[in-house]
Amino acid sequence: MKQQSKSNRWLTAALLTPTGLWFAFMLVLPLIVILVFSFGERAAVGGYAGGFTLEHYANLGARLKAFSNTLTYAPIGTFLSLLVAYPLAYYLAIKVNRRYKLMLLVLVIVPFWTSLLIRTYAWIYLLGGKGIPSILDWIGIEDVRLINTPGAVLMGIVYGYLPLMVFPIYVSLDKLNKSYLEASSDLGASPYKTFMQVTLPLSMPGVATGCMLVFILLMGEFLIPAFLGGGKVFFIGNALVDLFLQSRNWPFGSAISITLVVIMLITVSLYMRMTLRNSKTGVDESLM
Amino acid sequence: MTAQSKITKTYDIEFKGVTKRFGDVVAVDNVSLSVERGSFFSFLGPSGCGKTSSLRLIAGFDQPTEGDVFIGGHSVVGTPSHKRPVNMVFQQYALFPHMDVRDNIAYGLRQRSPKPSNQEILKRVDETLEMVRLSGYGKRRVWELSGGQQQRVALARALINRPTCLLLDEPLAALDRKLRSEMQMELQTLQRDVGITFILVTHDQEEALSMSDRICIMREGKIVQSGSPRDLYDNPRNRYVADFVGKTNFFNGKICDVNATGATIQIDSGLSLLGAPAKGAAPLIIGGKASIAVRPEMISITAADHTKFHPGVSLPGKVINRIFLGERSEYLIETQGHGEVLVLSPKNITGSTQSFVPGDQVSISWQAESALVLADT
Ligand SMILES: Nc1ncnc2c1ncn2[C@@H]1O[C@H](COP(=O)(O)OP(=O)(O)OP(=O)(O)O)[C@@H](O)[C@H]1O
Ligand SMILES: [Mg+2]
Repeated sequence: MKQQSKSNRWLTAALLTPTGLWFAFMLVLPLIVILVFSFGERAAVGGYAGGFTLEHYANLGARLKAFSNTLTYAPIGTFLSLLVAYPLAYYLAIKVNRRYKLMLLVLVIVPFWTSLLIRTYAWIYLLGGKGIPSILDWIGIEDVRLINTPGAVLMGIVYGYLPLMVFPIYVSLDKLNKSYLEASSDLGASPYKTFMQVTLPLSMPGVATGCMLVFILLMGEFLIPAFLGGGKVFFIGNALVDLFLQSRNWPFGSAISITLVVIMLITVSLYMRMTLRNSKTGVDESLM
Repeated sequence: MTAQSKITKTYDIEFKGVTKRFGDVVAVDNVSLSVERGSFFSFLGPSGCGKTSSLRLIAGFDQPTEGDVFIGGHSVVGTPSHKRPVNMVFQQYALFPHMDVRDNIAYGLRQRSPKPSNQEILKRVDETLEMVRLSGYGKRRVWELSGGQQQRVALARALINRPTCLLLDEPLAALDRKLRSEMQMELQTLQRDVGITFILVTHDQEEALSMSDRICIMREGKIVQSGSPRDLYDNPRNRYVADFVGKTNFFNGKICDVNATGATIQIDSGLSLLGAPAKGAAPLIIGGKASIAVRPEMISITAADHTKFHPGVSLPGKVINRIFLGERSEYLIETQGHGEVLVLSPKNITGSTQSFVPGDQVSISWQAESALVLADT
C-alpha cells in the first residue's frame, strides 16, 4: 500500500514536470523580469537601465484614468456579455432540438475564424459615418454618433467576448438534469419560478467561470478601446502599448503591469471566494 | 392549489382511450383505466412497455396524443404539471442538489400562493421528516445521504403537498434487496396511514404483487390484464401474464379438444394434458397453439417407487437441483421428454415429509383442474 503510493507520487511528479517547467519559464520568469524592470530607470534612448527606484510606482497617478476606465468598463462589459450570453446559452442548451445544437454552436464560434483585428475594423466601418449612421440618416434620424463613444466600446466588448461567456454557461445548462426542472414543475412552481429557483442557481458555476474568463481578459484589453473608442476611452492595455512601443518607458510600463497583476489577484480571489461560498452545489460542480 | 378538490367520483385517475406517440413509437396505445380513490395501484411490465410514459401523462410532463386523462373527475388534458394536484417521486429522485434536505421538502409549500408562513412550513417539514423517519436530517446536504435516505426525502418532498395522488416511478429500483423490502413495507404502511392514492411503476413483479391493491400489466403500450394480485396470479388471461406474475411451468402444444370444463392439449412431446380454460380469455379454438400452465406449488412430488394412485397427471422425472428456501424447497425436475419442471414443495405437508436430493428418481403429479389452458398470443 505504502509502496504503491510512493511510486504514485513519482509518477505524479513526472507527469507534472513538463507543465511545471513551462510555467516557470513562460510565466514566472517574464514576471520576474517585469518586476525587476519596474524598479529600474528609463534609459536615455528609452528601454530599461539598471537601478532601484520607487519613482514609477509613485507616478502611477499619472495614468489614473486608464486604471479607472479599465476598472469600470471591465465589470460593465462582463455584465453586459452575461446578459446577452445567458439567453443564448439557455436557448442552445434547453430549447433547441438536439439535432441542430452542434450546428448552432458552431455558428457561435464562426466569427472567430477571422482575427479580432479584422472584425473590429469592420465595426469601425459599420459604426462610422458611412455605416449605420448613414442608414439612420436616410430614415430621418440625423447626426447620430456611434463610433468613438463608450457605447461603441461596450458593444465591441460584448461582440468580441460573447463566445467565452456562452460556452461555460451552455455547458452547465446542458448538463443540468432535466428531471430537476420537471420536479420543480411537479411541485407547483411556474416556469418563471423554476427558472429562478432551479435553473439559474444550478447554472451559477458556468456563469462564474464565464464571468471570470471575460473579466480577466478585459483587464488586459487594448484593441477594442483603441479602435472603437478613438482615444477617448482608453484602458490600461492602451497605456502599456504606449509606454512599451511608443514612449519606450519600460520601467513605468512594468510598474503599471505589476499593479494590474496585483489588482487582478485581489479581485479574482475575492470573486472566487464569493462564488465558492454562494454555490451550494458542492465542490465538484463549483470548480468545473 | 393541490389541496382537496371537490371530488364526487370514487376514481382519482382515469384514462379514456389514451394514446401517446413519440414520432413513430407508440408508447401508450389506446389505454383506458381507472384508479380507485385511496388505493395502491401498480403499472407492471417489462422495460419499454410504456409505464413511465403513462405516469408522465398523469403528472403532466407530456400530453396525450389522443384520448382523455382525468384527475378527480376533471379532464386535465392541456393542464401543465405545476397546476395538477399530483406529485411524483422520480426514479433517480431528482432532489435539488443546491438545497439541503429541509429546503427540498419545503419546496412544494413555498410555491403556493398564498405562501404559508415560515413557521408553518418548518412545522410541516419537521412532521414530514418524522413520518419518513428522518427527524434531525433537515440540515443535511442531499448528496451526503444514502440511497435509502434520498428515497425517503423524495417521498417526503412529494407527500408534504398532500397530493390527490402520489406517482412513484420505480422508486425502489436503486436500492439493495434488503432495503428494498423494508421500504416496500414502509411504503405500504405509509399509504394506508395517509390514505392518498399511490400509483407505482415497477418491472419487479414481486414488488407489484406484494404492495398493490390492483395491478395493471402492460405490454408494448397496451394493457394486457388488470386486477388484484390474487386474481392475476390465479386467473392469468394469457401466457404473457402467467409468465410475468409468479413462476409457472408451461407445456406447449396444440388444442385438440374443447368442452365445457376445459380443453385437452396435445403437448409437443405427444402427451395429452387436460386443463381448465382461463377466465375472461378469448374462446379456445381447436387446432390453435396453446400451452398448459401449472404453478410450481400445485405440483406434488413423490418418490418414483411410490405406488399411490394419482387422479390427475403424473410424470416420472429426476431431481436435478434443489434450492432450500427455509420453509419450503424448490426442486428442478428433469422429466422424460417434457422438459424441466419447477416444483415448490412445503417443508411439512402431511404424507410427504420426505425430501429429495439431486439424482433422485421421482414422480411429479398435479390435478387437472389446477392446470390452466392458455392460448398463445
Ligand atoms: N421522449 C421520448 N421520445 C421518443 N420515444 C420515447 C420517449 N419517451 C419514451 N419513448 C419510447 O416509448 C416507449 C415506452 O417508454 P417508457 O419510458 O414509457 O418505458 P418504461 O415502461 O417506463 O420502461 P423502463 O422500465 O425501461 O423504464 C419506449 O419504446 C421508448 O423508447
Ligand atoms: Mg420507466
